[in-house]
Amino acid sequence: MVTINAIIDIAPQLARGLSVTVSVLLASAIFAYLMAFIAGLSRLSKNTFIRKFTGLYVEVFRGTSLIVQLFWLYYAIPMLFGIQLGSNWWIGVIAIGLNYGAYLSEVVRGSILSVAKGQTEAATALNMSSFQRMRLIIFPQAVRMMLPEFSNYTIQMLKGTSLVSLIGMTDILYYGDIIRSTNLSQAPLVYLLVLVFYFILALPLIWLTRKGETISKKGVAS
Amino acid sequence: MNFTYWSWDTFFDALPFVLQGLGITVGLTITCYLFALTFGFVWTFLRRVPNKAFNWIVTWTMEFIRSTPPLVQLFFIYYAWPMIPGVGFALNPFASAVLGLGIHFSTYVGEIYRSGIESVDKGQWEASRALNFTTLDKWKKIILPQAIPPTIPMLGNYFIIMFKEVPLASTIGVAGIMLMANTYGAQNWAYLEPLTIVGIIFLVLSYPSAVLIKKLEVKMNTRFDKNAAVKSDQKGAVM
Repeated sequence: MVTINAIIDIAPQLARGLSVTVSVLLASAIFAYLMAFIAGLSRLSKNTFIRKFTGLYVEVFRGTSLIVQLFWLYYAIPMLFGIQLGSNWWIGVIAIGLNYGAYLSEVVRGSILSVAKGQTEAATALNMSSFQRMRLIIFPQAVRMMLPEFSNYTIQMLKGTSLVSLIGMTDILYYGDIIRSTNLSQAPLVYLLVLVFYFILALPLIWLTRKGETISKKGVAS
Repeated sequence: MNFTYWSWDTFFDALPFVLQGLGITVGLTITCYLFALTFGFVWTFLRRVPNKAFNWIVTWTMEFIRSTPPLVQLFFIYYAWPMIPGVGFALNPFASAVLGLGIHFSTYVGEIYRSGIESVDKGQWEASRALNFTTLDKWKKIILPQAIPPTIPMLGNYFIIMFKEVPLASTIGVAGIMLMANTYGAQNWAYLEPLTIVGIIFLVLSYPSAVLIKKLEVKMNTRFDKNAAVKSDQKGAVM
């Protein structure tokens, strides 16, 4: 019964961090999706400069880890450019968004390239412009294939949001650390509850991933 | 824009200091990876136990470990594990990181093994049974030699992913390049140069490995492509 009382005591304290975790997740997810489509399409551009430049972005952000990028942005941006980025919230969102945007841009690129070549040819035969071809023929088919990977990477982003506690954001993990530092013997329960909080947030995304897998397979000849 | 804060003197001063941690970072990556490769087999084995309830528990345990932050899992092992009455004991930062990151990634590795085993043709299972192989021989001589090689590129990818997750261990005090950079930053109040060095080290080490693994993948695909094998068989039959 001691445990149940402790849970009732700890859970509401952790819940105070929910808003930060969820808001960072939502904002960085939107930012990452945006970057994914911009970078993914740019890497298929005919312009060599655009292609090389986006390639550089993708390789740099995929080649270094999120925690390094987060700290780099946290310390470097104010120093390098002499500006304050508003708040740590923005630094977290930008770091996670740029990092996973780079990963997701590869998903966008791969899906577009995997649309059968006959589709492009058919669209050309129907005298469509290259924009129409992408918008009406290629893209709608490619988006379906992206679904499972997008929700899968959103789970990764949720895991990544825990890092913002390291730059002083008051997310779930931050409150967990506070409780642990005042009462060390409660550490097992505190961190277990923190994990459960993250898992509950991840559940809809897990469901979405599985759903996305069935949608992306539907009506596609294997 | 002004770059007055960037100093090459600091850069070259911090470089040897940060590089001191490289051995630990690489060592931790390799140890974690070997742990994950071994522990992955445990998950694969547990998932093959033919009991629905048990299977459900194993599947959701894996899902739980996989979809919660490795950072929290590290903290759990480092701070909470010693506090658990009865079973708990204190672990040093390095061992905690090996356990935390190792278990986290073993769930991914376990899934890769599973996909490899499931991709082995049904006829192979039937043949090993028809030839009266023992269970051990069936796995050792028939299934695993066919299941593991096609998964090597995927496993290689996880080596790089793990390398990039290892700086998380700096939060519990493993003195890799990340902690070295932060220490240098705190001592000299210059974070930009050491952190840039860390970024460059990661890029320099992970990008060539990624290119190498992509090459390996192409090679494996041509070697293990079932359709290619069938096609060459048919060609042989015609000729």
